[in-house]
Amino acid sequence: MFLAEASVIELFTNNFVVFILAMFIGFEVIAKVPPILHTPLMSGSNAISGITIVGAMVIAGLGRGWWSEVLGFLAVAFAMVNVVGGYRVTDRMLAMFQKK
Amino acid sequence: MHVLSLNSLSGSLPDLLASGASGASSLVINLAYLIAASLFIFGLKQMSHPRTARRGNFLSAVGMLVAIVVTLRDREIVGYGTIIAGLLVGSAAGLVLAVRVKMTSMPQMVGLLNGFGGLASATVALAEFLKVYYDPNRDPRIDTLVTICLSALIGGVTFSGSITAFGKLEGWKIQGQSLSRPITFPRQHALNALLLLLTVGLSWLIVRNYEASLWAVALLYLLSLALGVLVVVPIGGADMPVVISLLNSYSGLAAMTTGFVLDNYCLIVTGSLVGASGIILTKIMCTAMNRSLLNVVAGGFGTGEMAAGAVPGAGGDVVVRRMDAEEAVMVLESASSVIIVPGYGMAVAQAQHAVAELAAALNKRGVNCRFAIHPVAGRMPGHMNVLLAEANVPYELLADLSINSEFEQCDVALVIGANDVVNPAARSNPSSPIFGMPIFNVDKARTVMVCKRSMNPGFAGIENELFTCPNCVMLFGDAKSVVGDLVKQLAGGH
Repeated sequence: MFLAEASVIELFTNNFVVFILAMFIGFEVIAKVPPILHTPLMSGSNAISGITIVGAMVIAGLGRGWWSEVLGFLAVAFAMVNVVGGYRVTDRMLAMFQKK
Repeated sequence: MHVLSLNSLSGSLPDLLASGASGASSLVINLAYLIAASLFIFGLKQMSHPRTARRGNFLSAVGMLVAIVVTLRDREIVGYGTIIAGLLVGSAAGLVLAVRVKMTSMPQMVGLLNGFGGLASATVALAEFLKVYYDPNRDPRIDTLVTICLSALIGGVTFSGSITAFGKLEGWKIQGQSLSRPITFPRQHALNALLLLLTVGLSWLIVRNYEASLWAVALLYLLSLALGVLVVVPIGGADMPVVISLLNSYSGLAAMTTGFVLDNYCLIVTGSLVGASGIILTKIMCTAMNRSLLNVVAGGFGTGEMAAGAVPGAGGDVVVRRMDAEEAVMVLESASSVIIVPGYGMAVAQAQHAVAELAAALNKRGVNCRFAIHPVAGRMPGHMNVLLAEANVPYELLADLSINSEFEQCDVALVIGANDVVNPAARSNPSSPIFGMPIFNVDKARTVMVCKRSMNPGFAGIENELFTCPNCVMLFGDAKSVVGDLVKQLAGGH
């Protein structure tokens, strides 16, 4: 029991460390994005927040009954709207900034 | 990655199975996730310049592809039918949205995507709860249950809040009342606080005794959805840049908490990046309005009662000078420097192409014509820049608040569909609700031309004393047709 609890704490701590470090990286990187690109930045970050797709796909493939099928399908579909829609529309905008 | 640590090797049974039975496979998956997260960071880094940004977006997409493909190898997956169906439906819908959306509707698009991101994360969290709930052999970790509740709350609020923001941007009406006006009622904040407390209470119940808490989970989701709507309805249309940025941040934080639920570093890192991005944008928007986030979120701004210190009689019998296109063109032609200040009105009138033509024609004649773009111009960060890029305006001509010192040497400041961001009351009138907000000092230019539909005050409902300044002239009419006339006159004159 003691060991199990220790490992719970350790797993959570690991996650938390990663979270804090990633926030620092995020602040550093995003602060350098110029205001003219703020809209594509938002749609681009919509696309990468579609990373939930990774969790959604596992749910959709679980095969544990109707709930996993329904929720999995919905989660994959919604996340994929973000991934495809986000990257495509960001590319559309950035292409406009690039042409001379 | 915790597979490598001694402590977790001696830890719980699922961990032992993970590291034993398919250790190699989970190592591959984790490394692939690391590559994906690195590509996201690298992609965002390349967003620091318009020249490299498109490549950055592509790299980021490659990272996503890596993450998706490698997840197909996950040992928990037993069937691919539902996955493929979801991928196809989502891709098709996303593609249609992305290809069809007009650049003027980009705030709605981003609002919708914020919402879907939140919904996807909340849905995964719900499924993770049910996985635990229906599995008699499973002893869930406390932090998993806590983060499931957090993910439900943040994801639910993000989804319903984003749909409400979408409705405001689209100008939905409820019982004849436009949703884009702030909707306030007594004890609004007390109600929101109560709902938030209830969600905390429910989460406590769920964590204490998840086996008997299916009803609590259902209620938690319902309350979160209600909270999202209630939090956004009191916020007015002009404050949408803040709301959209904040919800953008929430959609990332929802993905981040789902990463805690799944012990998935890739989700934690990526969600945090998006969360940080939204927080930075929110901060920039608030600074550009000289308001605290709390003040914006409290809502009710610009309901009309706040127009204290307005020009007496403005909008009624006050004298403003009109100018027609012919005269305006003569002034513009003889100018050596012109600064155009676009606002939301340009987007509403779809006037960006006409405006770009005007700027190009002036620059061709040797007039130094540039654009001054306020951080909160439009309905989301960068809205005006995208519209002008669509109309082929080179980004070198787009300046931000740093151009302010140049208005004094500027012959003509041409304001197109902007209002609050050029209101001198922000500098001079301490009783004005926008006092202290950084504005463009267009009144310092030799001539100010304001292209405006009518004398109605702007979206914040505040009168603008700029229009009565002695050096200000009004070009009344729809921005697209007024600017179109200017371009025509300019071409016809020679």
